[in-house]
Amino acid sequence: MTRILVAGHGMAGSRFVQELRARDPEQQLDVTVFGAERDGAYNRVLLSSVLAGSLAPADVEMIPSAWYAAEDVDLRLGVSVESIDRGRQRVWTSQGEYIGYDHLVLATGSQPVVPDIDGILAGDELASGVAVFRTLQDCRDILDCLDGVHRAVVLGGGLLGVEAARGLAGRGVEVEVMHAVDRLMERQLDAEAGQILAGTLRSRHVQVRLDARARSVGEVAGQRVVVLDDGTYVAADLLIIACGVRPDTGLARAAGLDVDRGVVVDDQLTSVTDRRVHAIGECAQYGGETYGLVAPAWEQATVLADVLTGGGASYDGSRLVTRLKAADVDLAAMGETDPEDAVDAPADARQGGGAEVLRFADPARGVYQKIVIRDQRITGAIMLGGAETVGTVTQLFDRAGTVPADRRALIFPGIVDAVSAVDPAELGDTELVCRCNGVSAGDVRHACASGAATVADVAGCTRATTGCGSCRETVAALVATAASEQPDDPGLELVEVPA
Amino acid sequence: MQLIYRAGNTADVRGKRVPHTIATMPVETVETHCPYCALQCGMALDSQSQITPLDFPTNRGGLCQKGWTAAELLGSGQRLTTPLVRERRSASFRPVDWDTALEVVSRGMRAAQNDHGPDAVAVFGGGGLTNEKAYQLGKFARTVLRTSSIDYNGRYCMSSAAAAANRAFGIDRGLPFPVIDLAATGAVLLMGGNVAETMPPFMQHLLAVRDRGGALIVADPRRTATVEAATSHLALTPGTDLELALGLLHIAVVDGYVDHRYVADRTAGFDDVWRVATQWWPERVERVTGVPVASQRAAVRALAAGREGRGAVVLTARGAEQHGNGTDTVTGLINLSLALGLPGRPRSGYGCLTGQGNGQGGREHGQKADQLPGYRKIDDPLAREHVAAVWGVHPSALPGPGPSAYELIERIGTGDGPRSLLVHGSNLAVSSPRSGRVVERLGSLDQLVVCDPFMSETAALADVVLPVTQWAEEEGTVTNLEGRVLRRRRAASPPPGVRTDLEVLSGLAARLGHETGFPSDPRAIFDELRRASAGGVADYSGITWERIDTEGGVFWPCRSEHGPGQARLFADGFPTPDGRARFVAVDAGPAAEDVDDEYPVYLTTGRIAQHYQSGTQTRRVPVLAAAASEPRVEMHPDLATSSGVRDGERVRLVSRRGSASGTARVTASIRPDTVFMPFHWGGEQAVNRVTNPALDPTSRMPEFKVCAVRIERESVDVRPHDVRAEFAWEGEMS
Repeated sequence: MTRILVAGHGMAGSRFVQELRARDPEQQLDVTVFGAERDGAYNRVLLSSVLAGSLAPADVEMIPSAWYAAEDVDLRLGVSVESIDRGRQRVWTSQGEYIGYDHLVLATGSQPVVPDIDGILAGDELASGVAVFRTLQDCRDILDCLDGVHRAVVLGGGLLGVEAARGLAGRGVEVEVMHAVDRLMERQLDAEAGQILAGTLRSRHVQVRLDARARSVGEVAGQRVVVLDDGTYVAADLLIIACGVRPDTGLARAAGLDVDRGVVVDDQLTSVTDRRVHAIGECAQYGGETYGLVAPAWEQATVLADVLTGGGASYDGSRLVTRLKAADVDLAAMGETDPEDAVDAPADARQGGGAEVLRFADPARGVYQKIVIRDQRITGAIMLGGAETVGTVTQLFDRAGTVPADRRALIFPGIVDAVSAVDPAELGDTELVCRCNGVSAGDVRHACASGAATVADVAGCTRATTGCGSCRETVAALVATAASEQPDDPGLELVEVPA
Repeated sequence: MQLIYRAGNTADVRGKRVPHTIATMPVETVETHCPYCALQCGMALDSQSQITPLDFPTNRGGLCQKGWTAAELLGSGQRLTTPLVRERRSASFRPVDWDTALEVVSRGMRAAQNDHGPDAVAVFGGGGLTNEKAYQLGKFARTVLRTSSIDYNGRYCMSSAAAAANRAFGIDRGLPFPVIDLAATGAVLLMGGNVAETMPPFMQHLLAVRDRGGALIVADPRRTATVEAATSHLALTPGTDLELALGLLHIAVVDGYVDHRYVADRTAGFDDVWRVATQWWPERVERVTGVPVASQRAAVRALAAGREGRGAVVLTARGAEQHGNGTDTVTGLINLSLALGLPGRPRSGYGCLTGQGNGQGGREHGQKADQLPGYRKIDDPLAREHVAAVWGVHPSALPGPGPSAYELIERIGTGDGPRSLLVHGSNLAVSSPRSGRVVERLGSLDQLVVCDPFMSETAALADVVLPVTQWAEEEGTVTNLEGRVLRRRRAASPPPGVRTDLEVLSGLAARLGHETGFPSDPRAIFDELRRASAGGVADYSGITWERIDTEGGVFWPCRSEHGPGQARLFADGFPTPDGRARFVAVDAGPAAEDVDDEYPVYLTTGRIAQHYQSGTQTRRVPVLAAAASEPRVEMHPDLATSSGVRDGERVRLVSRRGSASGTARVTASIRPDTVFMPFHWGGEQAVNRVTNPALDPTSRMPEFKVCAVRIERESVDVRPHDVRAEFAWEGEMS
């Protein structure tokens, strides 16, 4: 029986075993999963909702333990792989045993980066009142210490920091995001989008401090403070560190696998050093890229499950869409968002000389939309503030679809094909009024001229309005117009008009 | 001509004439219901074949163009009026008398069964057949032919919603309440339905919701006429309905709209459902479906707001159901409605908009492969015992479950597959997926027998065509989309030479050795149906034709002649063993066929206002045929440009399975990655030659609503579909 060991039970590892069993209904593969955390498979994406209080920690469980029993997957929680003996195809676990493998899947994820700031650590541990925001347990720890926290500082204005800040603000905590560079989410946003996002956050009771480099964490008169480079003291009952993550590759490195930022894998998600070792998720590096989002991790999990069950799938990299998950801050960013070769003449775009950039900004409403197009394809976009076209733009980016000829459709949905409201009086005689019964404006006018004085009369002789009824107002308007145009003539007989 | 009603002798619910009618009503008028969709609009039909809409609850005096013109078929010159037989498929039909025709059919059936066993004769029914016909067809198959091979076109229509409702609620009745409740609710989410075209008079109920300030949310890849009237449009990517449903449930949980008390007290299984939905956060759903997160959130918020006010309803139609995962998609939406605590609440719940005229009754009384009358399961020993007793046979004599519609067709001509096929009320050569293959399978039969009023595309392939009566020429009952049992009444004499479907079955049964048990009187059959359904889920035992007359229809279940039918379900519990509704955990996956470089465009199919189903009837109504003479292929201007197609040009859609041709209609009301083509036409114009027969694992519903195609311009302008070609036999007769 082929034995598969999975080191890591986060988003990638748990998805992988599900995908594996879906392709292995006879349970031919012997599968063991090690999860260093004590929690079962949970959805990390929802942790900001837990922080915000809209979900309880128990609500984010994804796979019940019954699934592992039913699927005969050996799940070992609280156990980690300590080392890999590639020569003997076995691992050494924190439980102190060797376990052999035919295939080893590294899904060890990443570790939060803790910046080198005085006072942030107490020994090897985070100092009291300092937390990272990575695991469900981190989340519980933060929630446990929220009592008595009036003011929290989130160190780091990337995606995770913004989500954490918004979550805490939802709890009624005064929150400040402290960011070392001049704009929020600088990897995804251009300067203007960063400014508008900061404005939106401020209106949601999240303060934003940019260009702020923390020098130390300490206490002044019983109040924990963050001290900035310029000497400013910022009060923080709680300091949450959201300074990015680093792929967790220690295990692979120690085993002599090719590791750059992540474990280097090929299009089969297989280590370029050892055919029996694979890596997926945040710890994997493909084509020079490591990915810190769940979508690529799940794509990789699916491909590897297919590969290890004899399928023909291969991985070709992922298109990244960064989507802020906060109920009232709607932001999507993807691809290149600040191209340096934007064209400024129609001819240039046609010749493929540079990037076409569409931009619409409405700072007062917190709206900013920017779309980068090359060769009729969207190569990047920022959609901030609830753009109605966000789904369309994301799908065009994802699928490399051709952009609409009229680019306005990407920013203002409906504007291109909007049917301007026509005054019924202006309708041409041949224009359809009642789609259900094929009655034109002319038919209605003829009915009125023949004596129909109400909508019911018109319905009686033309059948207009008797279908779905949505033309009733138009017919009423036509009847009213007709009535105003001709004086009452009681001498006219009501005549049936052939339909 | 019979006069059924006189003014003033009826209860309130019963049809009242609409005051705006201008034509003078002749004395001899029959109140009946439209021959077409499941709305079963009330109408009066007079001896001059004039139609007057009635103030019946479903249509309130409205009618669509199909309904207004329904009587035109009564005097149609295209009626079949004599049985037709031919010796081989390449020969022309020749007219024969009924005795000869029935003898040919019964001989063919006997020969097939002698050589290959009982299952060698198959039966294919339809959701337009009356309850009496559907019942009798099932009984004929099980007791005369003793074949397990019987299914019907409702498999292509209602099966996914039926399977999902059964496993969630323990019952499958399209709407759990009368339509008047719908009009009074506060919010409606309609997933995949274009009722403004498919059942126009139904729109007034939805418009009533909107006009009172309620929400009308429509999910559809197209901006349809229904969407135009809606307050919100979820323009999803074809084939991503379940992802959207899971996302809406996710939002209901995270945004705090779940009715926890209801979930705890009245349901089971929520935790497993949530574990799946937890993986469909709205941002992920947006990427898959294309529906913005904000729109998803607003939809759930509107449903929750409706619930706090007048009520909220989740509806599905074929757009959500006709998928390889249609059952799971409907389940996903039922899960949403249960999480919000809707089913059983006043003016609230989940409902399915049944399509065919008797799509409800037709799925209850035994023409379905796995079913016996009263919505009983054919593999349930108690059900077999009960029905066998009514039929006067031993339970062991009843065959077991048979193959589903498309599988039945696929088996034709294979080792133990059918050799002879009897078709009632269906044009499967047009309505089945991958219909080119279906036509080929039908060609390998030893004998194809088709009963139809007209020479349908399927009849044109047959060895024997039996001309039968149509609507208004016969009596019977149908059950509308509300679960209300209605009477269709005879208002005109059939042309000489035609027989009712019931007479055909009676004649065949007699020739196959069953002199009794197959009366042709629909009323006698209904009384037997009542007994057969007694104690079943769809219990009709308390319903009589007299009650239908006096009460304006009777809702099932109705277990006693002295008690009312149950108009509203679930107020006190669900008909499951423990009285709780079931959450069933379902997950989404990709459609059976995605677009690629060779077939880069999604195709979705559906219906238009002028035509009904395969068009056998409506294409023969001149005013409808003139209004929509051929299928239009809707495409976005950008797609038209990139495909080099001009509006009005003839194009061909090509898939891995076949091609179909239609006229390009360039419109911005459709997504640029998708084309739409209606399925009402046959031959080269049959879009089902293109569609994908990937079947739902539970309901066996084919994936009509999404497949991958490419668009080709037709260099040579082909001739429009020539209806006359189907009538080549006429020359032979004269």
